[in-house]
Amino acid sequence: MKIICNGQTKETRDGISLHDFIRESGLNPGTVVAECDGVIIRREDYETCQLKENSMVELIRFVGGG
Amino acid sequence: MIRVNEKTIPFRPGMKVGDLVPAIKPGADLLIVNGFPVSPEAVLADGDVCCLIKRGEVPSPEEMESLLMARHTPGVHALVKKAAVGIMGLGGLGSQVAQALARIGVGRLLLADYDVVEPSNLNRQQYFVDQIGMKKTAALKENLLRMNPYVQLDTIDIRLTEENIPELFKDVDALAECFDDPVLKAAGLRAAVTRLPATGYVGSSGVAGFGDSNALVTRQLFPRVFLVGDGESAAAPGQGLMAPRVGIAAHHQANQILRLLLQRV
Repeated sequence: MKIICNGQTKETRDGISLHDFIRESGLNPGTVVAECDGVIIRREDYETCQLKENSMVELIRFVGGG
Repeated sequence: MIRVNEKTIPFRPGMKVGDLVPAIKPGADLLIVNGFPVSPEAVLADGDVCCLIKRGEVPSPEEMESLLMARHTPGVHALVKKAAVGIMGLGGLGSQVAQALARIGVGRLLLADYDVVEPSNLNRQQYFVDQIGMKKTAALKENLLRMNPYVQLDTIDIRLTEENIPELFKDVDALAECFDDPVLKAAGLRAAVTRLPATGYVGSSGVAGFGDSNALVTRQLFPRVFLVGDGESAAAPGQGLMAPRVGIAAHHQANQILRLLLQRV
């Protein structure tokens, strides 16, 4: 299925969880704030949040240092 | 009316700022009108705000605050003075955001960090050798009060979490996220966006190393939420955190906080 992530169309597998999608994008889910279809997803819901065809996903990634 | 060194005097057409010196501040040699230094010949307009300063002299307590704020554009001080800002993490970013906001006279700062000053902090953080071992909250408070004694400083000495941030910072107008840990950075943003919707927020990501200064940007994520950094430069072996680049990012954060307080964004 196709989803839109940070404005770009991405091909991914049907029913993938937000957690696995973030991992498979090469990111650590703990360091990412995720918005799906306009809603900020709670950290404890990353595993159960299933992406759908044409889901609009925004990932805000953080790197360490301050 | 003319405001001069916290006094109000009647306006006369044609009056010059130098005319005020003998009565208000004999010997004053630094004359500031509406936040900008001018010559004694500068002609005043009704409503001008003047500060007359004698270089090298420590002013009286009554005059001090207005003189500390003499370089501000009139109107700015009133807005920042009534504002409260939370600073989460008092390291390279937070200690510098705090000093910038204290110097411009933000009314109240809520300073949060659980850690103590370490020797390895001093390459970029606003502490001194004789403060090694002190709690960062106590050390920074001491330093900020030497810059501006008119800021109210409150401190939080516990570890911040996604759960406790909304309660601890519910009364501030804006929040600076200055954490080191990227997991906490993400948690802070989530906490603010979901539970502090009216609070301005300026986070940070990607400030390490000595990469291009101009790669550090302030970008808007949501209406009152901003993120500073290059988004890429993680602190890592071979890419340390250093005063110049962390300082640029910290001052991006401080300026964005100021813009939020002045409602320019």
